[in-house]
This record gives sequence, C-alpha cells and structure tokens, in this order.
Amino acid sequence: MNMRLSYGMGFILLFVPCSLLVAFTHYPAFKALLNSFWNNGSSIRPSRFVGARNYEALLEDDKLMQVLSNSFIYAIGTVPLAIALAIGMALLVNSRLPATGLMRLSFFLPTMLPMVAVANIWLFFYAPGIGLASQILNAFGLPSINFLGSTDTSLVSMMVVAVWKEAGLFMIFYLAALQSIPTNLKDAARLEGAGSVRIFFDVVMPLLRPTTIFVAVNALINAFRLVDHIVVMTRGGPNNSSSLLLYYIYEVTFGFRDFAYGATLTVLMVVILGFMAAIQFWVLNRKAHYQ
Amino acid sequence: MSAAGVSLEVASLAKSWGAVEVLRDVNFSIEPGGFLTLLGPSGCGKSTILRLVSGLDEVSGGQILIGGKDVARTPAAERNIGMVFQNYALFPHMTIAENISYGLKVRKVPKAEKEKAMARVAELMALGKLLDRKPAQLSGGQQQRVALARVLVSDRPLVLMDEPLSNLDAKLRVEIRSEIRSLNKKLGITVVYVTHDQSEALSMSDKVVLMNAGEVSQVGTPKELYDRPANTFAAGFIGTPPMNLLQAQDVQAPATLAPANGAGKSDVLFGVRPESLGLDAGDAGFSVNARVESLEYEGKVFLVHLITPSGTRFVVAHSGDGVPEEGSEVTANWPDAATHLFDKSDGASMDFAL
Repeated sequence: MNMRLSYGMGFILLFVPCSLLVAFTHYPAFKALLNSFWNNGSSIRPSRFVGARNYEALLEDDKLMQVLSNSFIYAIGTVPLAIALAIGMALLVNSRLPATGLMRLSFFLPTMLPMVAVANIWLFFYAPGIGLASQILNAFGLPSINFLGSTDTSLVSMMVVAVWKEAGLFMIFYLAALQSIPTNLKDAARLEGAGSVRIFFDVVMPLLRPTTIFVAVNALINAFRLVDHIVVMTRGGPNNSSSLLLYYIYEVTFGFRDFAYGATLTVLMVVILGFMAAIQFWVLNRKAHYQ
Repeated sequence: MSAAGVSLEVASLAKSWGAVEVLRDVNFSIEPGGFLTLLGPSGCGKSTILRLVSGLDEVSGGQILIGGKDVARTPAAERNIGMVFQNYALFPHMTIAENISYGLKVRKVPKAEKEKAMARVAELMALGKLLDRKPAQLSGGQQQRVALARVLVSDRPLVLMDEPLSNLDAKLRVEIRSEIRSLNKKLGITVVYVTHDQSEALSMSDKVVLMNAGEVSQVGTPKELYDRPANTFAAGFIGTPPMNLLQAQDVQAPATLAPANGAGKSDVLFGVRPESLGLDAGDAGFSVNARVESLEYEGKVFLVHLITPSGTRFVVAHSGDGVPEEGSEVTANWPDAATHLFDKSDGASMDFAL
C-alpha cells in the first residue's frame, strides 16, 4: 500500500477541522467587524452601510461609560488580588506544615466548580439577614448589609466571588513553579545571611516572574470573559452598578436585539483586550529573560 | 583576602531523618588553613555532613567546633561559612556582579568597601569581562569561578565545597582542581571538600575522611590512606584500579607468616596493589596462580585481568615486556613489603609477622 496520502485525502482531513474553525471563529469575528459598520436591519428596512456611525454612538453612551469603568475597577481589583492570594496559598501548601494535601484540595475546589454553581453558593452567602456574610457581621455586632442589592457593594461582591473561584487555579501554576526552583539557590542566599522574607523577594519572586506573566494575562482575560456569576446573581444591577462590558454586550445583542451595536461593542472589547495583553507582555517581558 | 583560616572539629556528630539514621558518631578535625576532603560513594553521608557544618540542616547529636566554639545550634547565617554548591547555585536573574556581591548587599556592607572587595575577587578569579553578564551566558568553568568568587568576596575563614567539579569536563576539572588548591594555600582559608572521586581527594587534600554508609571508615593523609588502608573498604576504594583482595586459599604465602592475635591463615584476606604485582616469577615471597581473562592497554602499563581457580578476580598493572596471552595460565607474585592483611570477618586491617 502506498504510505503517502494523496493530496485529495490530505485536503479532506484538513477540511473538517478548518471548516469548524472558519465557521465558528473566523467568520463570526469577521462578520462582527463588518456588522459594526452597518445599522440594524428589520424585515421592513434592510440594514445599510452607516460608516463609523455606530462608533460615534459609543462615545455618547453613558451606560457604556459606566460599564467600562466597572470593568476596569473589576480587572484592577481582581487580577492582583487573585495573584497575591494564589502566591500565598502556593507558599502555604508548599511548606512543611501538616495537612498540606487537605489544604491543596480545599484551595483548588472552587476552581473545579462551574461558575454558575459558584454563583449560587455565593447567593446564599450574600443573602441579606440570613446569609453567612450577614451572620458574621451580626456576630461582631454590625448591621447586616444587602451586598447584592446596594450600588455601593454589588461590584465588590462580584469581585470577591471571582477571586474566590480563580485563585485556586493560579495556585496550581505557582505551586509547580515553586517546586521547580532549585533548593540550593535558597540555601546559598541563606548562607549569605538572607532571612526568609528577603529570600522570597530576592530569589523566589524573580524566578516566579514567567509564571506571573502567564497568570496575569489569563486573569485579565478571565476578568473580561467570565460574567456567568453576574447573570445569575445581579443581572448587572442595581442601576448597572455591577454590569461588566461582556454582560452589557450580551444585554444589547440578545436582550435588545441590537446586533449592529453589539458587534461594535465586541470590536471595542477585542481592541481593549489586545491592547492590554500587549502592554502586559511588554512590561513584564523586559525583565523576565533568563534560563 | 586577609581571611586566615579557622580550625574545624566535628565530634560524635549524628543525624537521623525520622527513624532513618544517616550519620553515626562522625569525628574528624582540621587545623586552620588545612584542606580536608570528605570522600565516599554516593549516599555515604558526606554531603549531609557538609549541610550540618554549614547549618542548612540541624544536627541530631554531637558537636561542631569552629575555632574552638560549638556552633551546632547556631543559625547558618551566623557561622561565617562560605559554601560552593555542586551545580553552582548562581542566581539566574542576577548579573555576575550582583551574584558575587549579593552577600555584601544583604549584610549592608558600605559601597566603597563593597567595590574594593569586588575588584579584588574579580581580578583574583579573572572575571573582569564577565561582570555584566547573566549566569546562563557563561560556560560551566566560568560559572564555577563565579561561585568561588561569591564565596571569596566575603573573606570567610571556612569554605565548604560540595562536589564543585562534578559538572565539568575532565580537562577543566584538573585545571580548577589546582586553582582551588592554590587559593587554599594563598589565602590561608580552611577548606572542607566533598567528592566521590578518590583521585581528586588524594591529589588535593591535607587530610581525607573516608566515609562508608554513614560512618567514618578511615581518617588520614592521602598517603596514609593509600599505603595503609585501615579496612577492606578503604583498600577497595582508594587507587585506580583499587587494591586487589585475594582469598587465603589462592595465595602461596611464606610458611613463616603469622597473623597477629593468633588468627589462622585461612581467616585472612590478602591485599596487594596492582602495581606491586609482577608476572615474571622473581624471588618475591607471595604468589598466586591464575588465568588471564582479558587485557587492557593503558599507555604506561597493561592492566592484566586475572581469575584464580576459586573464582576471585584481580588485576596486575604490568609494565614489563612480554604481555601474557589471554587464556594462558600465569603466576603473579609480590614482595613481602607490599602485603596487606585483613580480617576476613570484619574487614579490619591486621598486623602480621614473617
């Protein structure tokens, strides 16, 4: 039998995966870009080319401004917090303390749950009066707070949920990185008189930098990508105080059925994400080249 | 580089990990400026001793006296010890200059003093052009010199080295070996050196501590270890190839041979170095009949591998003319003075009269 596949066979084998990629990734992306330059059609009035008019509408959209500022607060709050928490947990489970196996499991557990389940659990935690959070406040003699129902606390409450879910996954990456640091580097620093805190900042943290880049990029993408808990818990409310960009896109596109404006918002989001990833790689990469 | 060395004494040192005893009753000492080597096969506990002396691990028992002061319970950083690690342990994210001066930075040494010390070591170790590079940009030999420089910059009176040459190629190893030895002499620092390579130990050391399975097998100068192995382990570890150990029934010994303590002639093992053995049936006092198994050309000598009728293998370093053929029967003999006797039951060296 001829061991070389014919061109025809090769074409067929490539065609199947490529067509899936084109149908569900490349074509919709291209179509979204296209749609953002057309207005919303209906059965009576077909859509027509409107140039940059959709983009002009972006600038006058007060709700978008609110959602954007929410998204940035959300990203700036959750990303460093999740990273700090992940490093702390990784150091803890990497130590010689007893029961590190149990700790690993319990830290990782939230990551294994789907976001919708996490959101449901936290709905109970946040329930005014009877929820865990309120009961803790009451135990210290403080009045209970309506975490999800107040414009002051709803966004922060969403951020806490995200950090709780994300940190466990990042901990795994940091744990792997910690275990790959040669012990004799820490020994060498110790003999030079460095204490554990000094060793952490002088030796361990610089060697974790590649992991930090990876985790930070992922955390940032997730900050824009994961909005399931908002759908379940607040629906962006009250008064849009917990609405994020992706949730707003979902609302505009499928709630108000404004596909043109939804596509415009999507292009905006892709631009923002690409821009941030580029900055992140540039800043962190400058000092991460070794090995 | 004004650091004069200090003395080091280790007394009844012991270490256990849980129920596993890795070191038992280890004793040795070295005078200031001396070069002591801990020698032994892997897993014998020699690196563990180094980690205990440095303070990186805690002792389970015994004393470590540096300059006469017991530091067994003193934190590592306060023992004023430098250490060179097997794979150099250079910080990959720091430049060579930052690596060398890291200890000075941690201990907040004033800038002027730091720069003076840096310049001195950089010159001593010929690192001038490399100071701005990262460790990954250096060859193995260069990295090793940086690791040495990092230890020397702090003027430590006692420096520990954990198999520092094992990652280098053979030629570089010989070069750096003599460099380390000359630094030890020039600067007067005390060096404790760990290796599994007996030729390295013999060529560098003032004193060798031979370790076997967590215990000290023999302590002595390289010459003492070579000339008078205290037991069959030392006999079998020192020398390339090591000392031959022959069963009493294979050896034709002079009738006057009398092992000490009234032991019978069959209770002993005969030890003889390959280079003391001859194949030319001279007037030597001891002989063994054997068959030639194989020949190995070494340049200066032929290594003749032999097997006795009882199945014991041994080696003759044959330097004369007329190499025997493989498979032929020969008689190997050696003079009285080259004879070593070991107790067959515990392997300890025995005196004897002729």
